[in-house]
Amino acid sequence: MKTFTYYNPKTYILGALLITNLLLHSQKKSVDITRVKIDTSATQLNMDATYNRPFLKSGKVAVALGGYLEANSMYSSEDGVSEGLSFQARRLTLFMSATISKRIKFLSEIEFEDGTKEIGIEFAAIDVALHPALNLRGGIIMNPIGAFNQNHDGPKWEFVERPNMASEMLPATWSNAGFGVYGKTYKGKWTLGYEAYLSNGFDNTIINNTENKTFLPAAKENEERFEESNSGKALLSGKIALKNRKFGELGFSYMGGVYNKFEAGGAVLDKQRKLHVFAIDFNTTLKKTGTYIVGEYAFVSVDVPETYTQQYGNKQQGFFLDIVQPILKQKVLDWEKATLNIALRLDYVDWNLGTFNETQTNIGEELWAITPAISFRPTSQSVFRLNYRYQWQTDVLGNPPGMKAAWLFGFSTYF
Amino acid sequence: MKTVRFSFSIVATFILLIMISCDKTMPFAPEENTLLDGPIEGLSTEQQIQFLKGDEAFGDDIFTVEKGLGPLFNANSCASCHAGDGKGHPFIGFTRFGQTDATGNQFLNQGGPQLQNKAIPGYQPEQLPVGATFSKLLAPAVTGLGLLDAVSDAYLISLSDPNDTNNDGISGVPHWNNIPDYAKAQLRPNTISNNGKYITRFGKKGNAYSLLQQTAEAYNQDMGVASIFEAIDTYSGLEIDPEIATQQINDVVFYLKTLKAPIRRNESDLEVLKGEQLFTQINCASCHTPTLQTGFSAIDVLSNKKFHPYTDLLLHDMGAELDDGYTEGFALTSEWKTPALWGLGLSKDSQGGRYFLMHDGRATSIEKAILLHGGEALQSKNNYKQLSEAKQQQLLKFLESL
Repeated sequence: MKTFTYYNPKTYILGALLITNLLLHSQKKSVDITRVKIDTSATQLNMDATYNRPFLKSGKVAVALGGYLEANSMYSSEDGVSEGLSFQARRLTLFMSATISKRIKFLSEIEFEDGTKEIGIEFAAIDVALHPALNLRGGIIMNPIGAFNQNHDGPKWEFVERPNMASEMLPATWSNAGFGVYGKTYKGKWTLGYEAYLSNGFDNTIINNTENKTFLPAAKENEERFEESNSGKALLSGKIALKNRKFGELGFSYMGGVYNKFEAGGAVLDKQRKLHVFAIDFNTTLKKTGTYIVGEYAFVSVDVPETYTQQYGNKQQGFFLDIVQPILKQKVLDWEKATLNIALRLDYVDWNLGTFNETQTNIGEELWAITPAISFRPTSQSVFRLNYRYQWQTDVLGNPPGMKAAWLFGFSTYF
Repeated sequence: MKTVRFSFSIVATFILLIMISCDKTMPFAPEENTLLDGPIEGLSTEQQIQFLKGDEAFGDDIFTVEKGLGPLFNANSCASCHAGDGKGHPFIGFTRFGQTDATGNQFLNQGGPQLQNKAIPGYQPEQLPVGATFSKLLAPAVTGLGLLDAVSDAYLISLSDPNDTNNDGISGVPHWNNIPDYAKAQLRPNTISNNGKYITRFGKKGNAYSLLQQTAEAYNQDMGVASIFEAIDTYSGLEIDPEIATQQINDVVFYLKTLKAPIRRNESDLEVLKGEQLFTQINCASCHTPTLQTGFSAIDVLSNKKFHPYTDLLLHDMGAELDDGYTEGFALTSEWKTPALWGLGLSKDSQGGRYFLMHDGRATSIEKAILLHGGEALQSKNNYKQLSEAKQQQLLKFLESL
């Protein structure tokens, strides 16, 4: 079992249960428990996703609770070899937020992946509001790279799988101990937001792992990143997002720093090696058709030693694009605003951009996938999803691609 | 309400269709004859379990620094050099250096025989020593090796013709060679010794006696992974603790022994059949012997089998153009072991869609490979050149069908 936290998860759960009990107890005394509605106003940006969740809140208790659960069944086959039918309890996530005093608030998010296979605190930070354009945040923060990393709650998406680019090229959900500032400003139809953090970061495993490719998510295995920076240097991550009420939101983000342990005990082990990640994300809703479009592109540059194997690439890129079209929106059974959607996702990742030194031919290690989907939302907080995913993936040499397909049926719901 | 019913009935029908046709929406398995991977037929359940263990170790086990990679290395997994069990690609080629004749390698104290041209972060890879002759090499395909391993020494000797008694210009010889102690501890049945030397048959120069030796040396020289068989660290030159379990090496050796032989494609095609006749007529088959016979093997399914590798496992002088001035064991620098041609047509599917043939991948087509032949194969090459274009195409089609 891997735990990426210095908190004891059991303590966390006990605490959450205790507060839940208090909430329920207060309910018996006729104190209102209300669900905080997700703010869908046009001024909300992707960066607000952390707090913009449907918490349960009691009028007298300064603590709000929430969470989501997602599970699914999957029938898959690769190159004609069936992997059979599986049932997956992908994530159970618990949120807890508290208003500590005026201008100071706290939020934490703990996630159990695949049962208890991975338990991690993905977010646990104090926010100090000085001004709408200047807030301080510190603790375990989610680095603002792209959009998905901070806005990854299962119930928000029409697809069972997370985008490959976000979770297998970028390391979503990627969080670290760190501090920083964020803020927003508004003018007319425009909203401008920014975030900037210094945090611990990556380590040598991104080019030394059993994936046999440059793989940023490998750094998530490093439990020490909540305690110390592997390189001794801070990882800088920052984002600027611009939203127009009519056209949607566009975000530009960067994350970079030294990833390797270049000295230890006064001895120089290697030169300082940096990685840089650049991402662009956008989302919009076409008013005429109600079509929701969200996408993200990222480019990764890693200083891989020239004397190392070309198996580990120094450049990567990937994107995903989701198109969601509501086809029915009306009362169904007792659900007032039930929605039936059809959707499509395109995934692309190239983990090793470039050509071989010896042959000047393209290096492979590419993935393409297409996922048509049908989703049914009885309410905005719950989604039932049926996905069909077809994937092509080449090895590093670019040999004929392995083909994999899967049917996925599942649900994801806030609670 | 009608719209709701209509929409949901559409969705329900769609889901029902999916449930009925689930398997039909899945990717089809590639034809068996297009894959090099897979076990030989007839393995027992226990043998299949060991095959799968070996398959996982060979195909999926990636060596990291923590698992023993390096510090100096060429590749970090078996599959890096043998993708899909096929031939290697120039990006993961390797260089051997330092030996010009039977007096042995004069550069062992300078990193020989293999140049580990990659290093883990913080270390510098080896540089080719000044004055060392060398050969660049690509890894061979590993299919059907168990059958080649099970051919008896006596059978190979019967194929040889050191003095060219039949005057066909071809004088294949077995590679009589020294072998390490751990290989001597696992001699093949009825092996033949000659003044302390044994017939070695694996590797480009036919320098390795057994698949165990080939495997243990590959872990050590290619990946910098020490084992109880090859315990010397290639960086320090010192004996170190094993970095890989002996059982894992045994599993990989078993996997290599029980990989199926490549299956031919289009073998009934008329053009292919004509090409097959030409292959014999122009004397290619004198070295690329179509059929061999195994002797006894501890693995039942390998015993006493006729099979078609298109090699004689002997050393042949291939002429000046392929003479890199480097050798191993007691082979001449111009001598190379006849490579098996089975699976030739599938080579490009493991080499990124292009052919990289001959010992160093310098031939980017089958025809270019033919035209690089010299020495004992010079006459066959000239015979090929004199064929009409149509006949040349027939021969090439035959070779692609292997």
